[in-house]
Amino acid sequence: MGLQIIKPDTKIDFVGLRKIAFIVSAILILCGLGSLLIKGGPKYGIDFAGGMIVQVKIDKATDAASVKEAVKEVNLPGLVVQSIGLEGDHEYLIRTSSSDITSEEVRTKINKALTDNLGASFEIQRLEMVGPKVGADLRSQALEALFYAVLLIAVYISGRFEQRWTAAAVMAAALGGCVYGLGLLGLDMGWLILAALFITVGLCWYLKLNYALGAVAALIHDVLITVGLFSIMNKEFDLTIIAALLTLVGYSLNDTIIVFDRIRENVIARQGRMPFGQIINLSVNQTLSRTIMTSGTTLLVVLCLYIMGGSVIHDFALALLIGITVGTYSSIFVASPILYGFGPSELKATEEED
Amino acid sequence: MQSLRLRAIIALAVVLLGLAFMLPSLPGVKDSSLGKILPGKGVSLGLDLKGGIHLTLGVDMKTAMDNSLARLGDDLKASAREQEVYILRPTVLDESQIEVTLIKGEQKDTFESVIKDSTPFGIEQSTPLEGDKIKYILSVSPKYRSEIEKLTMEQAIKTIRNRIDQFGVAEPDIRKQQDNRIQVQLPGLQDPERAIKIIGQTAHLEFKMVDDSADLKKAQQGILAPGRELSSLLHRQANGSYTESPIVLKKDAVLTGEYVSDAQVRLDQWNTPYVSLTFNARGGKIFTDLTADNVNKRMAIVLDGKVYSAPVIRERISGGSASITGNFTREEARDLAVVLRAGSLPAPVTILEQRSVGPSLGQESIDNGVMSAMVGMALVLVFMVIYYGFSGMVADIVLILNIMLIMGGLAAFGATLTLPGIAGIILTIGMAVDANVIIYERIREELRRGLSASQSVAEGYGRATLTILDANVTTVIAAIILYQFGTGPIRGFAVTLTLGIITSMFTAIFVSRILFDLYLKNRSDNAKLSI
Repeated sequence: MGLQIIKPDTKIDFVGLRKIAFIVSAILILCGLGSLLIKGGPKYGIDFAGGMIVQVKIDKATDAASVKEAVKEVNLPGLVVQSIGLEGDHEYLIRTSSSDITSEEVRTKINKALTDNLGASFEIQRLEMVGPKVGADLRSQALEALFYAVLLIAVYISGRFEQRWTAAAVMAAALGGCVYGLGLLGLDMGWLILAALFITVGLCWYLKLNYALGAVAALIHDVLITVGLFSIMNKEFDLTIIAALLTLVGYSLNDTIIVFDRIRENVIARQGRMPFGQIINLSVNQTLSRTIMTSGTTLLVVLCLYIMGGSVIHDFALALLIGITVGTYSSIFVASPILYGFGPSELKATEEED
Repeated sequence: MQSLRLRAIIALAVVLLGLAFMLPSLPGVKDSSLGKILPGKGVSLGLDLKGGIHLTLGVDMKTAMDNSLARLGDDLKASAREQEVYILRPTVLDESQIEVTLIKGEQKDTFESVIKDSTPFGIEQSTPLEGDKIKYILSVSPKYRSEIEKLTMEQAIKTIRNRIDQFGVAEPDIRKQQDNRIQVQLPGLQDPERAIKIIGQTAHLEFKMVDDSADLKKAQQGILAPGRELSSLLHRQANGSYTESPIVLKKDAVLTGEYVSDAQVRLDQWNTPYVSLTFNARGGKIFTDLTADNVNKRMAIVLDGKVYSAPVIRERISGGSASITGNFTREEARDLAVVLRAGSLPAPVTILEQRSVGPSLGQESIDNGVMSAMVGMALVLVFMVIYYGFSGMVADIVLILNIMLIMGGLAAFGATLTLPGIAGIILTIGMAVDANVIIYERIREELRRGLSASQSVAEGYGRATLTILDANVTTVIAAIILYQFGTGPIRGFAVTLTLGIITSMFTAIFVSRILFDLYLKNRSDNAKLSI
């Protein structure tokens, strides 16, 4: 037998640690939400806010301030210059919020200003312009995607795990109805999604879809923490970050489901002979080895991506790094304790039948 | 073990198929003799990797609608005149309505039957005015409106495609999107500025007569005779810029670009390029009559509202050709000929979104992406062997197969590899070991319970398979939704993620099981398994 990180007879009392875990999660989420409140919502990149970015690579060492100084005369509204990638890349993003001037004008002017003032050779590597209308559309599309992902996954878990496709369908229909109703009030997409998520959690609770409840709660937990951390770190939200968030949704659920699967197996095998809390502890311990191995290798690879992937992919990798860490933590410390709090629905269902 | 042989054959077939599709993606293989017999062309790279331009164009549907309504209004006026009913020139209102005034109120019935019989208009409102006139507000049905929108989009896409084809870009991708938008992707293009100019130019060509009797000063103050308009004549300077001078034109176009059948760049005796136009038969006849009637008058050639030249007609010009001179550079003349030949856009387009990536950044992204993937993979490979011993090597073999199958799958489905796509592959490397880990941890558990190696393997695979399926379906759901809503790069990511999940399940559950079965086949029941 090869190496073992986790000894087979490990018995960590995860359920007993749930209060500490909840406090940690609450603090993380509140910090993130606080940062979002203070900063007036997430900081949107040009994908969602509209505007223009020009990425330049400069041949010699310089800093963002001198690049900004060099392009100052172009007189672009909302001009921001930031350094991207790792140190030594000398890559800068020049960002403007304008939508009045054409992208070609900006290209020409920045080219001229840098040539005149920088005293180093440079290259415009990338230019992106997103009109305000398109930006708003992309934003609502992205939110919609997050919403549908959560909804479909909740339905799948309820159906597949508890053989309760009818309840799952009822939930989907009820949620669809609620969202449609709220949509008629002309609410902003962001609020709509938030409302929809709360309705999902409420419906899972009401219909006693407890596995789905645990999984969806863990999922919302992960997304909130990642978004919050991004806000604290002053990172911008763009399309690739949404892709990262959805990947993390998939990953976090993947993790949660594997633990839940084991819990279900053990519930069936040991029904009545072991309290539910112990079954959860046993299951989490049994899968702990796998959880750490998989998260470990995935983190290893994403870390490579973060360090060597280049400037464009940097924030994407960062989102994945945070997301995978949080996702692993939540499947152990959040999803299972929530399931513990409500009990597996099939136990209660059988009890009621008896 | 008949079934083992069968499984091995299936696995081998899939692997070979994957290899056949994957190999052309490797540098050097595509053009070699091996590359010629292999199917497919390898993985195509997205704009973010090979450089190029991504544009989202918005078609100005309001202008298209107004133009179309104005034309319908003119048709109505002409049809009414055939019945000897006279109306004032129709004006286009907002909300897809036009306003017309009937001069003689007693012709009300005839006029209304003309509207009903020969136009798509319905009468919205009619108000009697003083002096026996009647003012009508007419509108078209929503169905007719959406028909016009559809035609406008189709024509716009066709025109843009024609222009790009003539411009000569390899593998352009032009498609309609919702909300009257058109997405254009031009891979590998170096000069975004010029491409955008060619695509975005409405190229509405008109010939109008110049009113040389008009007073320019008064015209500039806004005093114009009816049916006249103030325009500007372009003069090209030596440095390439243009200056403008005012010119008064008769409003009605005598001939439009619709009648142009061809446009070519020619050189005059001073080697200055000009654009030569050839009219179709009908246009040629109109042009001949026109020049015959207007000898010694000036005719303006107007493109998108700007007058490029206003030559004096010396004599009747037959033969159906005309020319646009304007001191163009050769490139300008060529681009102008392209847009004229491809036809005008039915409505102005605006650039809503533009992303251009330089080819050097693309190459750098590939290098970085491949590099980080290699290092990440190497680390995982080493780690798996250290942790699981022999079984770790099995996991490594299927991991490498897995990457190969993803590349093969991407090539076979004609999917585009983007930077997030590379990230998807890298993530898959991390997650692909998951299935193996789940199985291996199960096998370890069964071994600890005292089962033999082959029993443990059978039990481990059996119990882990459903768990793996459950866990992966959710990721596939996330990927499908990503694909559904995403644009370019995100779609690429979704495709690689989905492919990665499918191939990793195939390799980890199916192929690695074969390897274990082969290994355990001729061993005794109490053989040890390195895991």
